Amino acid sequence: MPPMINNDNCVRCGLCVEICPLDILRLEVVENGKQVVVKYPEECWHCRACAIDCPKQAITMRYPLSHMLLCVDVPKQEGSCV
Amino acid sequence: MKRQEEIVQADVLVIGGGIAGMQAAIAAAEQGANVVVAEKSDTRRSGSAATGTDHFKCYIPEYHKVSLDEMLAETSQSIVRGIQDLDLMRISLGRSFEIAQKWESYGINMRPTGEWNFEGHTMPGKPKMWLKYNGCNQKILLTKAAKERGVTILNKVVINELLTEDNRVIGAIGINIREEKGELILFQAKTVIITTGHTMRLYPGINPAYLFNLSNCPANTGSGTAMALRAGARVANLDMPYLHAGPRFFSRSGKATWIGVYTDFYGKTVGPFVTAPTRELGDVTPDVWNDVFREKMENGTGPVYMNCSQTSQEDIDYMMTQFVSEGDTSLLDYFAQYEIDVRTKMVEFGMYENSFAAKGVEIDQTAMTSVYGLFAAGATAGNVRSDVADCAVWGQVAGENAAQLAKEISFSEIEEHHTVKEKEAFYQAMLSRQEGAYWKEANSTLQQIMGTYVGTKIRSESLLKAGYCYLADLKKYAEKQLKATDSHELMRCLEVLDLIDVAMVAAKMAENRKESRGMYHKRSDFTFTNPLLNNKMQWAQKTEDGFQLGYRNVRK
Repeated sequence: MPPMINNDNCVRCGLCVEICPLDILRLEVVENGKQVVVKYPEECWHCRACAIDCPKQAITMRYPLSHMLLCVDVPKQEGSCV
Repeated sequence: MKRQEEIVQADVLVIGGGIAGMQAAIAAAEQGANVVVAEKSDTRRSGSAATGTDHFKCYIPEYHKVSLDEMLAETSQSIVRGIQDLDLMRISLGRSFEIAQKWESYGINMRPTGEWNFEGHTMPGKPKMWLKYNGCNQKILLTKAAKERGVTILNKVVINELLTEDNRVIGAIGINIREEKGELILFQAKTVIITTGHTMRLYPGINPAYLFNLSNCPANTGSGTAMALRAGARVANLDMPYLHAGPRFFSRSGKATWIGVYTDFYGKTVGPFVTAPTRELGDVTPDVWNDVFREKMENGTGPVYMNCSQTSQEDIDYMMTQFVSEGDTSLLDYFAQYEIDVRTKMVEFGMYENSFAAKGVEIDQTAMTSVYGLFAAGATAGNVRSDVADCAVWGQVAGENAAQLAKEISFSEIEEHHTVKEKEAFYQAMLSRQEGAYWKEANSTLQQIMGTYVGTKIRSESLLKAGYCYLADLKKYAEKQLKATDSHELMRCLEVLDLIDVAMVAAKMAENRKESRGMYHKRSDFTFTNPLLNNKMQWAQKTEDGFQLGYRNVRK
């Protein structure tokens, strides 16, 4: 579930943890330092505030199938079958 | 649970740092007040306008060349409907340009084209009232403006209860959720402004298994309305929920940002207003024919799609930049990841997700509630609309008046207030429980009760009375069983309890509206619209053993 943190780029500044409107991220202590953890993935609003504001572009989003957009092809001409 | 030793003092305490809250804080600070904003996430990106909005309802006399009253008539007759006080709408519109100019001075891009440019949500030949702006950084800039004016911002602080004395607000109880197990913070305030936004997570969403797949911010859980109600304030319009329209199944706001035409499955235009997509008008169909998506699904002629195939490439490129202004970068990201080209794919739109927006705490022309010193603004206010411009205007009004009133008031003693001890023990019980109910159990059952018994498809006395009984049971069980392993879960538990309080008064008000009115209050036992209730608004107030309910004339 979203967001996904690229630990190679992340500098552990904690900005995403601070600004998340749903408070789903944590900067947790792990073996060799700190790491941003998505603690409450199901509470993500997919607003992308974390990805937008990350100074290292270390955050990408996965859009779960529970949020699927329903699309069909535009009919070739009005009234024709899809 | 720890308690912070120092009591936080404020002339003006603002609960919730969204658009209304930040504008209130700025306005109060400009009047010389000592202002504290308590925000449960972070004011730079919190609330429904977190990452942007792009339409600002605005009246510029020199631009529109019609009088304020003509413009007001236009707004109340076209897409801006619902039962609202006209005196408040006049203030919303009358001060909108002043706020737009203030926002420009904070650095918010109100004129991305260099001109005052009005677009979207508009019927052909009618005045255009939606100023197209770029709000993608608005929360960051409002926060900066507030700090420059000396406002103290306390992020990660949840306010859960107001403290009152003789129908006057004197403070509030908060919880610092930075602390793993929470920390109690007491606020001593001369005046309080409630700006907690929409009431989301009350009804089932587009995909009920995913409680946070919502158009507006899922952290907005009617807490301001619930707190005000418990403090004795009058609420209004909670008998008339709002139903959102947007893409399925990814719940997003901003339908007016799309430049296309609503068509059916075969590409045939659905609405009467536009046949070719234009950025100037947008397709106003669902604004005017609110039930279009649901109606066409239920009569089998649906689904309805947003069809951008005839939109010019220039307008498509423009629309993509506007999704950024509106805060919908998730849609752009989704299109890219799932390879959706809106020129060749139509996206289904639907009606889903009942909520309360601009249905809640009743305010007067100074934004004060029926509790002395307690103000409300934005989507928490119940008798005036809450588009982003309304939120800003009413934040401004509340901030100015709260700051003025604070000059005449002195602090009251709060530490020994009986509510403090009761609440502290209640929070502690939830944090100490070894076995118990997870907050989501209560939230999902609440949504099922609301959707089934207090829904918008059909209502009746028996359904509403049964629903009220189930809500009362849920509240009783939840208070005894809810369990929080940390302060984050404690916040979620308290949100659900606030939602239940809003739900109960909503059920009572719906039962008391013994008529059918509009699309979302259809009574099987009162199928007619009662003319005696035209131009009247229902209000409610908590009493010792239930609620007092009544109707009053809409103010002119």
